[in-house]
Amino acid sequence: MNVLNRPGQCGTMESNDLMVQVAPAEQGSGIAITLVSPMIKQYGKQIEAVVKATLQEMGVADALVQVTDKGALDCTIRARVRVAAERAMQKEAN
Amino acid sequence: MEKMRRTMMFVPGNNPGMLQNAGIYGADTIIFDVEDAVSIGEKDSARHLVAEAIRTINYPCEVAVRINHISTPYGYKDLEVILPSHPDLIRLPMAQSADEIKEIDGIITAAEEKYGFEPGSIKMMAAIETPKGLFNAQAIAEASPRMVAIAIGAEDFIANLKTTRSKDGSELVVARGHLVLAARAAGVQVIDTVFSDVNDEEGFIAEVKRIKQLGFDGKSVINPRQIGIVHDIFMPTEKEIEFSKRVLAAFKEALAKNSGVISLDGKMIDKPIVDRAERVLAYAEAAGAR
Repeated sequence: MNVLNRPGQCGTMESNDLMVQVAPAEQGSGIAITLVSPMIKQYGKQIEAVVKATLQEMGVADALVQVTDKGALDCTIRARVRVAAERAMQKEAN
Repeated sequence: MEKMRRTMMFVPGNNPGMLQNAGIYGADTIIFDVEDAVSIGEKDSARHLVAEAIRTINYPCEVAVRINHISTPYGYKDLEVILPSHPDLIRLPMAQSADEIKEIDGIITAAEEKYGFEPGSIKMMAAIETPKGLFNAQAIAEASPRMVAIAIGAEDFIANLKTTRSKDGSELVVARGHLVLAARAAGVQVIDTVFSDVNDEEGFIAEVKRIKQLGFDGKSVINPRQIGIVHDIFMPTEKEIEFSKRVLAAFKEALAKNSGVISLDGKMIDKPIVDRAERVLAYAEAAGAR
C-alpha cells in the first residue's frame, strides 16, 4: 500500500493533455475524483475508470483527485496520473 | 536490405498532441526526445508519457527515444521507465566513448531478458557532439552489435570548437567527413544534424544536397515540413533507377552463366557498382518509385 504524503500535480492545460492534481485523503476514504472535461458526457466514466485503475495499480487506495481534461487519450491519462501520484508520494517537495 | 533512415524526426517528449500525431508525417524514424526538449522539472512526466505512447499507439515507422546521458541524474531512470515499452531504438546524446555504449547495451540486454523481448531487438545509435566523441566515433559505432547509426549533433559540437554555425557549413566539413569515414569503417549508418531555421527552405535544401553528396544516409529533422524535402533529394533520378535496374539484371545474368566479369554497354561492371545500384533501388523503393 502506498500513501500520499503531499499534494502532487502533473500535466498541462493544452489540448490532448490533462491536468491532474492528487492530494492525500483519510485512510479508508477511497479515491474521490472530481472531473472537468469537454467530453464528460461521452467519456466521463471511462476517464474516471482509467484514473482509478492507475492509482490502484500503484497501490494507492485513498486520494483526492482533481482532473481537468483537455481531450487526452487513455495513455496520456495513465502517464499523468502516475507521475502526479509519484510526486505526491515524495516526502519532501523537490 | 537495411532499414532506411533518410529522416529522423525529433518530437518533444512531454507534448501529448505531438506524440499522438508523430507517425502521420512519413518520417522514416520518429525520435521522442526526453533530453533537450524537456525541462529538468518535467523529466519524470516526459519519460512516462513517452513510454505510455509507445505501448499504446501503433506507429507506422521506427520509434526511437533520445534519452538523457547516463552521466546526468536522468539517464538510468529514462531507460528503466522506457525500455519496458519496447522502443525500436535508443539514441544516446553526447557519446564520448565505447564504454558508455557498452554499459547501455548491458542495461538493454537485461531489460530484453526481463520483459521477454527478442534478444537484440532494441537497437542503439549515438550522437557525436564533442571533439573527443568524434575521435572515438569508430569505436563508439563498433561498441555494440545493437549500434545501427552514428549522428552528428552540431550545436554542441560547434560550441566545443569555439566557432559559430555558418550557412555553408564550412566549420563542420572536417567533422562530417570524419564521421562518414568512421561510420563506413564500422558498417553503420551516418545521420546529419538538424537544420534549425525551418523557414529557410533554400538553406535547408542546399545543406541536404551537401550532406547527401558527402555520403550521409539521412538527416535529423525538427519539423514535418522538412521530411518531404529530404526524401525528394534522396530520391534517385529516373536515369539512375533505369541504369541500376540494368546493372542488377546484367549481374544476375552473369551469375546464372557463372561468368566472372560483367559488362554493360561495353563497360565493366564490378562489385562497387552493383552495390551502388542496389542502394539506388532501395532509395527508389522507399520513395515508392520502383
